[in-house]
Amino acid sequence: MAGLEDLYREIILDHYRSPRNRGELPTPPAHKTEGFNPLCGDEVVVYLDVDPATDTVRDIKIAGQGCSISQASTSMMSGAVKGKTVDEARRLIRAFKALMSIHESKLEGEGDGADLAADLEGVRLGDLEALQGVVKFPVRIKCATLAWNTLQQGLDEIAE
Amino acid sequence: MTITTPLDVERIKRDFAILSRDLDGKRLVFLDSAASSQKPESVLAAMDDMYRRHYANVHRGVYRIAEEATAAFEGARAKVARFVGAKSSAEIVFVRNATEAINLVAYSWARANLHAGDAIVLTHMEHHANVVPWQMLAAERDIEIRWIPLTPDYMLDLTKLDETLEGARLLSVSAMSNVLGTINPVRQMVDAAHAHDALALIDACQFVPHVRTDVTEWDADFVAFSAHKMCGPSGIGALWARRELLEAMPPFLGGGEMIRDVRLDGFTTNDVPWKFEAGTPPIVDAVGFGAAVDYLQCLGMDAVRDHEMRLTRYALDALTESFPDTLRIYGPRDVSVRGGAVSFLFDGIHAHDISQVLDEHGVCVRAGHHCAKPLMRQLGVPATSRASFYVYNDEADVDALVAALAMAEQFFAH
Repeated sequence: MAGLEDLYREIILDHYRSPRNRGELPTPPAHKTEGFNPLCGDEVVVYLDVDPATDTVRDIKIAGQGCSISQASTSMMSGAVKGKTVDEARRLIRAFKALMSIHESKLEGEGDGADLAADLEGVRLGDLEALQGVVKFPVRIKCATLAWNTLQQGLDEIAE
Repeated sequence: MTITTPLDVERIKRDFAILSRDLDGKRLVFLDSAASSQKPESVLAAMDDMYRRHYANVHRGVYRIAEEATAAFEGARAKVARFVGAKSSAEIVFVRNATEAINLVAYSWARANLHAGDAIVLTHMEHHANVVPWQMLAAERDIEIRWIPLTPDYMLDLTKLDETLEGARLLSVSAMSNVLGTINPVRQMVDAAHAHDALALIDACQFVPHVRTDVTEWDADFVAFSAHKMCGPSGIGALWARRELLEAMPPFLGGGEMIRDVRLDGFTTNDVPWKFEAGTPPIVDAVGFGAAVDYLQCLGMDAVRDHEMRLTRYALDALTESFPDTLRIYGPRDVSVRGGAVSFLFDGIHAHDISQVLDEHGVCVRAGHHCAKPLMRQLGVPATSRASFYVYNDEADVDALVAALAMAEQFFAH
């Protein structure tokens, strides 16, 4: 059985206690996107400032409230995409979801091991890998992916 | 004078097989009965026997087991009717759950009787089941929804009740909050509604399993409750309504069973309550519902209430004494006006994380918004943890909760 230490790694608790990039950005020029987890009421707000000239995430701020997993994941996400190009950010989203939802995509027939490997290839997840333990607690996967789904939604909205 | 025999919880625990499950060396401590209760052997046996010996469709066949099935099904309806003080079995409509009961009223009675400009009164402590069906109706018909707020001590603020009911057509209110545990003054509110020519619907989903219920004494118009929270199976519940209302209401779902006659150019409806029971009903679940009522009646609802008041008092005291500075309880402190659902939050620890650590110790509590997001917004919290008690819980379960909470607090403090 998976132990609590698999879920609550020290680095996760650190991001939960001291979240990075917390705050707001003026909209516009920044874009604001809200994400909700209807199961537990967790809320993530992502402010994205994308430089249209370079297609780069110039700045990102996060707000909202929720459990340690959702808030730590949000904090880590903000650090991981800041300064990255939109394409790089999208690759990170795919890689992170692959890390989280191997079982989901297999069930839905969307992908297999090869796709997963492709999603993860060449992407440095760094600290984010600490969240891998979440996979052993299926109920909590949604907590970990909330920030990333919100980021994806934000990037999609900006692209429109 | 009635003499109440205290519950023998040690014996009751043995009626619920699941409670003897071993979770990696830990005892299962089930504190989530407000979400759904566990089922005693007598309910499982009644359902098993029904399938093995008496199963056939009801109200159809003339053969012997069909008669037996019909008698068992209608017998269950009579037991449920008596359990809540209904004047007649015809006033009990079997539905899937309390949610469906409320939707039935919203689709049948309300859509036949409410029009643009009419008002419905709800409260800030309602479950989504008693909010969303009315919001759907309101959006469709341009109907106003008015809200009764809370007092700082988690009761309904009824100081402006009359004003709020002025010109309203329906008051729909929970008898007991699934989050706060608060028991509302149903009779007083029903009287106020009637004084303003409004009908009263009582969401008694949390109340019926725990407190002796008499719908006639309440003088209500509609009462909704579910079997699965009162030792019965999931998938069945009941709408109680005054007979003349049921008779005047248009049918909800159309199909077999709910008709008297069908011709190429139309149909006529069956008598109540079958008018509202289209299609083959959950026959065996109804029998389980009846067996659950038998089980609770055998324990005695006054004894159930006494037991839960005592246990809730013990839990409130234990939580307050063990975590005086870090834990906040959302709900009344006086056990005479509350049930056994105890919501709480730790400073700086999310309910979800608490629940996860408790699970490690075999303790099952609910974490989240409890399908009451408007209430959560009023309380200014995203989620709470909720421990809830029933006939099979005892002081040892509360002690296990407190011990696990202490470990959770320690885990997140380091």
